[in-house]
Amino acid sequence: MKIAFTAKGTHWDSTIDPRFGRTEYILVYDDEKDEFESFDNRDIENEAHGAGPKTSQKLFELGAKVLITGNGPGGNAATVLEKAGIEIFIGAGNMTVKQAYEAYKNNQLTKF
Amino acid sequence: MKEIVIISGKGGTGKTSVTASFGFLGGKDVVVADCDVDAADMHLLMKPDFAQSEDFYSGVVAEINPEKCTQCGLCAEKCRFDAIPVINNQHVVKKLDCEGCGYCEKVCPVDAITMRDQNVGDWYISTTKVDNTMVHAKLGIGAENSGKLVAKVKNEAKAIAEKQHKEFAVIDGSPGVGCPVVSSLSGADFTVIVTEPSVSGFHDLKRVFELVKKFKINAGCIINKYDINQEITDKIMNFLRDENIEHIASFPYDENFTRAMTLGKTIVEFDEGELKEKMVNSWTKVKQLVNHENLNV
Amino acid sequence: MRIAIASGKGGTGKTTLSANLAAFLSKTETVVLTDLDVEEPNSGLFIKGKLENEETKYKMIPEWKEETCTLCGECQKNCNFHAIIQLGPQILVFPELCHSCYACSELCPTDSLPMVSQRMGKLKHYSGDNIDFIESQLDIGQEQAVPLIGQTIQYVENNFDDNTLKIYDSPPGTSCPVIEATKDADFIILVTEPTPFGLHDLKLAVETVKELRKSFAVVINRWGLGDEKVMDYCKENDIPIIAKIPNLRQIAEIYSRGELIFEQVPEFKDELLKISDYIKKEMD
Repeated sequence: MKIAFTAKGTHWDSTIDPRFGRTEYILVYDDEKDEFESFDNRDIENEAHGAGPKTSQKLFELGAKVLITGNGPGGNAATVLEKAGIEIFIGAGNMTVKQAYEAYKNNQLTKF
Repeated sequence: MKEIVIISGKGGTGKTSVTASFGFLGGKDVVVADCDVDAADMHLLMKPDFAQSEDFYSGVVAEINPEKCTQCGLCAEKCRFDAIPVINNQHVVKKLDCEGCGYCEKVCPVDAITMRDQNVGDWYISTTKVDNTMVHAKLGIGAENSGKLVAKVKNEAKAIAEKQHKEFAVIDGSPGVGCPVVSSLSGADFTVIVTEPSVSGFHDLKRVFELVKKFKINAGCIINKYDINQEITDKIMNFLRDENIEHIASFPYDENFTRAMTLGKTIVEFDEGELKEKMVNSWTKVKQLVNHENLNV
Repeated sequence: MRIAIASGKGGTGKTTLSANLAAFLSKTETVVLTDLDVEEPNSGLFIKGKLENEETKYKMIPEWKEETCTLCGECQKNCNFHAIIQLGPQILVFPELCHSCYACSELCPTDSLPMVSQRMGKLKHYSGDNIDFIESQLDIGQEQAVPLIGQTIQYVENNFDDNTLKIYDSPPGTSCPVIEATKDADFIILVTEPTPFGLHDLKLAVETVKELRKSFAVVINRWGLGDEKVMDYCKENDIPIIAKIPNLRQIAEIYSRGELIFEQVPEFKDELLKISDYIKKEMD
């Protein structure tokens, strides 16, 4: 299963970007294949509106099933994620990606 | 680094005076940002030097190349915003009316229309009179504040704060309850809502708090001019209690705020009495709240 | 005659002035006051009247017809506002992001995105003694103020003739909503304060009305506070100052209760009289 993180960098030790729509990077970890990939999302800065749905669409295209983030998506983004069947976990705003993954495994994150 | 955003819903409650005081008291521990770009006033108190400036582009506007245009009128017919009138037998785009949808560009049979990035203002990185960094912006006429510009100003401030190992980014949020304020709140660690006890002030406090709740951000409240209407002040206090919003301080109606502003000073530089003390205490309390609240997450 | 009351920033007393001026003028004229600050309409707190009419206001948005859609993805490409997103086998429309430009709908090769109306807010029309009051409020989450402002002005123009004095309370700022609210006005009153903040925002507002080529004048609120720089600026730029409302704590108190000020403060009433005289001169 592919798990997506909003992050400020491209590594396991990068901190989680608490923002969803305007997150700098999207990191995807496939826990079955133990594969870790990062995607630059900084282009989104150029969008005045609609960043949330756009980022959600990207997650869908990447095949993510779970999203781990900080504040949680806004209304529009939440709609897309729901339609895309992606589960959302929030409250990882101050963690590194690694810590956030551990917290998710131990059921310490809040389901959105 | 923690991010503190000061908001108000309604204009004129003293939000900028509070933000600038925090920016002044925080001194070298903070980076300040003015995301209230519609009425960017904090520079009047913080005296930034406008050292670095950059153009800001947002959205697009149509432009018709008169050389290529055959005056067929299809663009004007399709435009839902009446933005393409005929002046001197030429189809031209009225920039203030163009929404940037790009429909005209897509239908033009001779490719005479191009959507151009719109320069809507400038943004700056400055050093202020207390030697900390301030990020701010200035919008052009008719340009709309947007989540994009707010995000730009805020992110720049945060990046600088992280790089300089500052403790806090203190951000003057946008007014209202629309997209810009959403963008100013996004990612905040703590928000301070500045309100006043008037029918409209209380009404807007409730509206803006709806947003804060959505973002699950811990909030504190400063009541300005609390003594102009004790009855509403009491109602606000009850509201704060019910919603678990920390009451940070209440300031009396006092013209010293304006006197300070007239001299381009924050209240803590001008007043030597109660107001200064209250503001200093408020800043201390906010710092404690930000750090404490995060232990619980 | 259409008068728009505007200010560069919020909190300068624009709404207070609009409501009081409208109520004051209604003693001698037929007046309609319209609150165009559709995100935060507040004028209604001051004007009492009975609800005359209520209308839901709509904007046009595309609606996806799954049966005929071939999922070609054109609509998503044609939307500059990210209001349409293709998610695998479905098309999602985000009404709040939609600017009603019709591009997706009319350029769809299979006509699978017909435009339908969708609620964006509500208009309310109250009437009292010789005064009507109109306000519109955007639904929470709606981002486009401009179409609702336009429809609200349309309502007023359709329901009141030229003998009615129309006062429009504009939204704060200098962005698209203010331009929409003031572009059809015959005369604009800019409200400011005699402080550096007030001056800074007044300059922005003046630039805006000059861009619109409108005739305008300034009212200074909280006079007595701050400094002389707003006066100097107006003098240098030949901008008439038609009234100076004194800075009185009593005014702040009455305002906070949502009451009309001129009925209780004679100094305030005197200033309204000056504005009224000026407007009458402008009308001729």
